[in-house]
Amino acid sequence: MIEIDGVSKAYGDNLAVNDVSLTIQPHTICAVVGTSGSGKTTLMRMINRLVEPTSGQIRIDSEDVTAVPAHELRRRIGYAIQGNGLFPHKNVGQNIATVPRLLGWNEKRISARVDELLELFQLDPHMFRDRMPHELSGGQQQRVGVARALAAKPNILLMDEPFGALDPVIRTRAQDDLLAIQQRFGTTIVLVTHDMEEAIHLGDRIAVMDEGKLVQFAPPAEIIGNPASDFVAELLGPSDRAFRLLSLSRLADHVESGEATGEPLPSTASLRDAYSELLWSGRTAAPVVTAAGDVIGRIRLESLTRLAMAPK
Amino acid sequence: MTDVTNLRDRPAWLTLDKLGVLIALIAVAGLALPFALLKANRIVPGEARGILDGLPGGPGFLFLALLIACILAALLRVPNLVKLGASATALLALFLLIGVAASNLMPPENNYARVSPSSGFWLLVFANSLMLADVLTRLRLGPWIRIGILLGVCVVVTLLLWSGSWNDLSILQEYATRSRAFWQEARTHILLTFGSVAAAILVGIPMGVLCYRRKALRAAVLNVLNIVQTIPSIALFGLLIAPMAWIAATIPGASAIGISGIGTAPALVALFAYSLLPVVSNTVVGLLGVSAAAVDAARGMGMTRRQRMLGVELPLAFPVILTGIRIVLVQNIGLATIAALIGGGGFGVFVFQGIGQTAMDLVLLGAVPTVALAFAAAVVLDAVVEMIS
Ligand SMILES: Nc1ncnc2c1ncn2[C@@H]1O[C@H](COP(=O)(O)OP(=O)(O)O)[C@@H](O)[C@H]1O
Ligand SMILES: [Mg+2]
Repeated sequence: MIEIDGVSKAYGDNLAVNDVSLTIQPHTICAVVGTSGSGKTTLMRMINRLVEPTSGQIRIDSEDVTAVPAHELRRRIGYAIQGNGLFPHKNVGQNIATVPRLLGWNEKRISARVDELLELFQLDPHMFRDRMPHELSGGQQQRVGVARALAAKPNILLMDEPFGALDPVIRTRAQDDLLAIQQRFGTTIVLVTHDMEEAIHLGDRIAVMDEGKLVQFAPPAEIIGNPASDFVAELLGPSDRAFRLLSLSRLADHVESGEATGEPLPSTASLRDAYSELLWSGRTAAPVVTAAGDVIGRIRLESLTRLAMAPK
Repeated sequence: MTDVTNLRDRPAWLTLDKLGVLIALIAVAGLALPFALLKANRIVPGEARGILDGLPGGPGFLFLALLIACILAALLRVPNLVKLGASATALLALFLLIGVAASNLMPPENNYARVSPSSGFWLLVFANSLMLADVLTRLRLGPWIRIGILLGVCVVVTLLLWSGSWNDLSILQEYATRSRAFWQEARTHILLTFGSVAAAILVGIPMGVLCYRRKALRAAVLNVLNIVQTIPSIALFGLLIAPMAWIAATIPGASAIGISGIGTAPALVALFAYSLLPVVSNTVVGLLGVSAAAVDAARGMGMTRRQRMLGVELPLAFPVILTGIRIVLVQNIGLATIAALIGGGGFGVFVFQGIGQTAMDLVLLGAVPTVALAFAAAVVLDAVVEMIS
C-alpha cells in the first residue's frame, strides 16, 4: 500500500504538486493522468525519492519512505521510463541484471533471473541476452526496460509514460502484456500517462492531475460516468464518453438469452468492439461464443445503447 | 552532339579525379626539382642532383616510369586498389632508392661529403602519401587493419634502417656520430610526452567530473585553462623557470627529486598545463552528452552517485574523453621539442642544435622521429576511439 499524505513540491514559486493525498491499494494499477506540466511525473518521482517533497509524507506499507537511505529504497521499487533509459554500453542481459547485481545476488541466480524475464517478455534468451540495446526494435527495447524494472521482483513498479514512444499497434500489445504480468505477480503499479484512453484501459483507479492538484481519484467507470469537473470531462473527450464507458466491460458480463445470426462475437470482446461490429455489419444482434466456440447467447444493439448511457 | 555521345561512351576510369589533379601537379613539380643534394660538408649549401644522376641507367628509367605511372593513376578514376598499389609501391621505391642514390652519389673516400634528400624527393613523398592517405580513407578500413598497416610500415622502416641501405644518407650520418645521445633524447622525449599526458589524465578527469557536477566551478576552471592554453609555449616554458627555481630552493627535498628552474621538471609542468584544458573540457562535454534517460534510470534503480559515475556516466563519456587524450598526446609530442630550449631534452635538442649550426640534416634527425611518433600516436588512438565508440 502506498499512502501519499498531504504532499507538495515547490520549485521556487511554482507548486508542481499541490497538497496531494491518495492511497494506492496493493496489487492494483493506479494511472496518473493529466495534461503536460500538471505534476504527474513529479508526484510519481516522490514515491522513490528521486524528488524530495517540500511538505507532506509518503508511506509504503505504513513505513515512511525516508526511513531508509534513498538508494536502498529505490532498489526495492521497479522504475521504468519513457525512452526506456537502457544503458547503451551494456548488453540486454547486463541491463536486466542491474538491480540484482546492486543487491549482491550471485551470478547463477542473476543469469537464471535474466533468462526467466526474457522468456516472460517473449524474447528468446539465446538470441537477445548478448545483444546491445541499439540492436533491438523500439518495442523490444521497451520490453527490456520493463523486464529490467522487474528484475529484483519489486512489489511496486513506477512507470513514467512507458509506452509513449511506441506506435499504436505495438503499444496495445505492450499494454496487454503489462496487464497480464500485473495479474500474474500482483505488482502494485503507478503508471503516469497523458493518454486518458491508456489510463482507462490499464488503471484500476485513475488519479487526474491538474496544475499540481489532484482533481479526481476514482475507478474508470466513475471518472467516465461522473467526472468531477469540466477539466476531467474535457480530458475524457466529450464526444467519446459513451464509447469509453462501453470499452470498460466485456461481452461475457452482458450476454442475453436468445438467438441471432451472422458472424459470432467472442465473449472476451469489449462492449465497444461489439457495438462497432453490429453497426458495421448492419445487424441488430449477434451471437456470443466462448473461446472454445460454444454459443452462450446473444447481444443486442438495443441493450448496448442502453449500457452506453450515462449512469444516473 | 557527337561530343556529348563521345563523353558518354568514355569509360568511367578515363575521367579526371579532382584531388588527383592536385597530387599530379605536386608530383610533376617533384620530378622537376632536384632529387638529392650533394654537399662538400654538412653545413655548406649543396649541389642539385636529379634521379638519373643518382640512379644511372636502367634502374633510374624504371623508377621514373613508376613515378609517371603513379601520376596517371592519381589523375584517372582507376579502382582504389590500383591507386593503393601504385602509391604504396612508389613510396617504398622512393625510400629504398634514396638510399641507393645516396651511395651512388657519395664521392669515394670522402668522410666530409653529405648526400641528403632534396625538395624533389620530399614533394614526391608528399604527393604519394597524399594519394595513399586518400585511398585509405576511401576504403574505410577497420581500426585493426589501420593499426596493422602502421605496424607493417614500422617493420619496413626498421628493415631499411637495419639493412644499412640508408647509411650513406646525411641524416643517418648525423645519427651515427651521436647515436647514444639520440636514444637518450628519445627516452626523454617519450618521458616528457607520456608523463605529462598521464599526469593530465590523472588530474584532468577528476577535475572534469568536478566541473560537470558544479556548474559554478565549470566556467571558472575552463576559463583559466583556456588562458593557459593561449600562452605561447616558449613564454610558458620561460615563465616557469622562476617559480620552479624557487620551489627547488625552498622546499626541502625538491631538488633531490629533480625539480629545478630549468630542465625536465619545468618542461613536464608546462606540457601538463597545456594538456589539462582538452582533457578537462572533453570530460565535461562527454559527461554532458550522456543520455539523460540512462542517468535517470540509473538513479531510479538505486545506483549511488559513485556507482553511476563509474558504471554509467564515465564509460559513456569515455569515447569523447579519449578524443581529448588523443589531441593532447599528439600535441605534446610536437610541443615537447620546445622543451630543449630550457634544457628539458628531447628531440628538440637536435632541432635547435641543427638550427644553430645551420645543419639541416641535424634538424631532420630531430624532426623526422617527432613527426613519425605523432603520426603513429594519431593512427593508434584514432583506431582505439573508433573501436570503443
Ligand atoms: N527539476 C525541476 N525544476 C523546476 N521546475 C520543475 C522541475 N521538474 C518539474 N518542474 C515543473 O513542475 C511542473 C510539473 O512538472 P512535471 O511533474 O514534469 O509534469 P508532467 O509530468 O505532468 O508533465 C512543471 O511546471 C515543470 O516545469
Ligand atoms: Mg511527465
